[in-house]
Amino acid sequence: MAVTYLEAIRSAQAKALAEDERVFIYGQDIGVFGGAFKATKGLAVAHPGRVLDSPISEDAAIGLAIGASIEGMRPIIEMQFADFSSVAFSQIVNQAGTQFYRTGVRCPIVVRLPSGGTPGGGPFHSQNMEAIYAHYPGLVVMTPATVEDAYHLLLEAIALDDPVIFCEHKHLYNHLKAERLPEKSDLPPNKARIARAGRDATVVTHGAMLHEALTAAGDLAREGWQIEVIDLRVVKPLDSETVLESVARTGRVLAVGENTPWGGVTSEVIARIADAGFQSLDAPPRRLNCKDTPVPYHPNLWAAHRPNAAEITRELRDLLKF
Amino acid sequence: MVELASSPEINEAFPRSASLDPSQSLLLRAYRWMLLARTTDEKLAALYKAGGKISGGVFLGTGQEALSAALGMALRKGDIFSPLIRDLAGRLAFGEPVSDAMRTFLGSKEGPMRGRDGNIHRGRIHEGQLAMISHLGAMISTTAGVLLARKMRGQTGTVGAISIGDGGTSTGATHEGLNLAGVERLPMVAVIANNQYAYSTPNNRQYACADLIDRAKGYGYEPHSVDGTDFEACLEVVGRAVERARSGHGPQMVVGHLLRLTGHGLHDDASYVDPKLKASAVGADCLRLAERILIERGLAEEGELAAMKREAQAKVEEAAAQALREGGPDPSQEDWAAISDARMLDRGLAMRS
Ligand SMILES: Cc1ncc(C[n+]2csc(CCOP(=O)(O)OP(=O)(O)O)c2C)c(N)n1
Ligand SMILES: [Mg+2]
Repeated sequence: MAVTYLEAIRSAQAKALAEDERVFIYGQDIGVFGGAFKATKGLAVAHPGRVLDSPISEDAAIGLAIGASIEGMRPIIEMQFADFSSVAFSQIVNQAGTQFYRTGVRCPIVVRLPSGGTPGGGPFHSQNMEAIYAHYPGLVVMTPATVEDAYHLLLEAIALDDPVIFCEHKHLYNHLKAERLPEKSDLPPNKARIARAGRDATVVTHGAMLHEALTAAGDLAREGWQIEVIDLRVVKPLDSETVLESVARTGRVLAVGENTPWGGVTSEVIARIADAGFQSLDAPPRRLNCKDTPVPYHPNLWAAHRPNAAEITRELRDLLKF
Repeated sequence: MVELASSPEINEAFPRSASLDPSQSLLLRAYRWMLLARTTDEKLAALYKAGGKISGGVFLGTGQEALSAALGMALRKGDIFSPLIRDLAGRLAFGEPVSDAMRTFLGSKEGPMRGRDGNIHRGRIHEGQLAMISHLGAMISTTAGVLLARKMRGQTGTVGAISIGDGGTSTGATHEGLNLAGVERLPMVAVIANNQYAYSTPNNRQYACADLIDRAKGYGYEPHSVDGTDFEACLEVVGRAVERARSGHGPQMVVGHLLRLTGHGLHDDASYVDPKLKASAVGADCLRLAERILIERGLAEEGELAAMKREAQAKVEEAAAQALREGGPDPSQEDWAAISDARMLDRGLAMRS
């Protein structure tokens, strides 16, 4: 039976709760109700007292997680939407991100951010925050793009002794399915995955954009182009090695992100390539991001706001011509 | 390492403790924590004014020693204490050695923060004293997190105490944290030191309720108000609040009324402080008042107070000299890692060929 990306997230939490008594989940409407997206459905009943409804206090929820981790727990905080983590920004970057460096005391917390746009989501229920958090020291930032990674990276996140910002993409929640959840991940949490091998150009991407990039690569394959697609999986730490090796093979690179263009994951990827992989480039490194506006509400505007397969294809054609 | 809540920073047997009843010796002990804090603060001020020794600001607890010490003394080993800017007395009473303050202000590599953070931003997390971040109110929910973890494990009998100022009560973090601890019915003791100013901002630009203790009802806390200049009242009221939290009566709020008898930091001459407040009862110096009470009740004589001062000074001088000898951290010896798991360190441009 097929497993969705959302079910993978729920299964990972169920497994963690069952196997590790230090794990608990705290967030808005996540108890018996099961969460705004049902990512914790059934967990409160199966694990009484360990899946708790929180008041609408994002900042305090993160502070609470930090305190509980000091006491030896492994808290998972569900933000109802990634967008509301801006209210918790202070605790995330100022306390969770600094604690180990300042005091030597580890801070094993996981902050789950239902991220990214969906048609009709609008400016405040669609944001991608990974670049913001990756900018700050002391945080690991994961952006699973597949069902398998939603499951395994979440388990890795819970096992890690450092604070993890876990950006799960809402657009993938129910769209994306896998046959089953593999027992083990084939990659450690600090490695990117070559999602499709190629030799003519490299697309570096993460999250929901992976699927747009794979569609673009498929379209171009019909014209004889072999596009390599890299799924970063985790944007901090960023696996420069896999990216640079790929660019050394292809000589051409397009970085694609759903984030806004000023700064961010795509600019970080391009900066690293320009600095450490300049010699391998046969064309200027390119990048593609969403438009520099809030995420619009209407499905027509939303679809035009984010990069899509057609746009990626167009950019790649341009790049291949150079 | 010195253990918190059991630190022998003051010599309990001195003076004449054998002849005192418990409430009398409590007063004497409180005075000595207050004195040690004041003496440490005075040394920090001297080092700051001499220049070149202390980087960054110096923030003193002058005038707030009674309230702070009362809190530190009411807590036990195993409790959680999240002190704030003006809590040296409470930190010492809870068990922080004088050397922690000296080392952190002077940037010693041997201090608890190893030069990575400074001044009041220090703590010993695994000994129950959380290391405040600057953001006012942030430590409330963190303290609540420790308490919630204990509650989930069925552990009872310990409390968590947080300090906050009148100004700090205005942040969203304070509201969220106090409310959350109330919702979870945690054994939280929130002590608000209303010292009339937040940096230069007076109370009337900070809150619109008649008295900050009015907020206790809104958050579901038991209310306690106290004259923060009166050390005996502080011991009694704060002690009662901590005891109520410990014995399962839910979260407690204490508002102490006092005046900050120093600038916000030593860089600030506090010329904006209303002279009428300084002359009023709230402007009294708790340490001087405590001395007067000890003398009046025959608990100590002038000579004994002087001896206690000398003892405190010697301890403080020794801690300062030691921290100065130790010196600061060597950047070349640092690992520059903010992530504990080496696999998850971002290697940036280490790939550059
Ligand atoms: C969120 C936040 N904003 C601003 C500051 C800067 N700041 C540090 S202390 C302070 C005044 C605090 O006043 P109060 O809470 O009354 O404490 P007091 O200094 O009087 O003891 C300010 C504004 C801060 N630390 N945190
Ligand atoms: Mg104040």
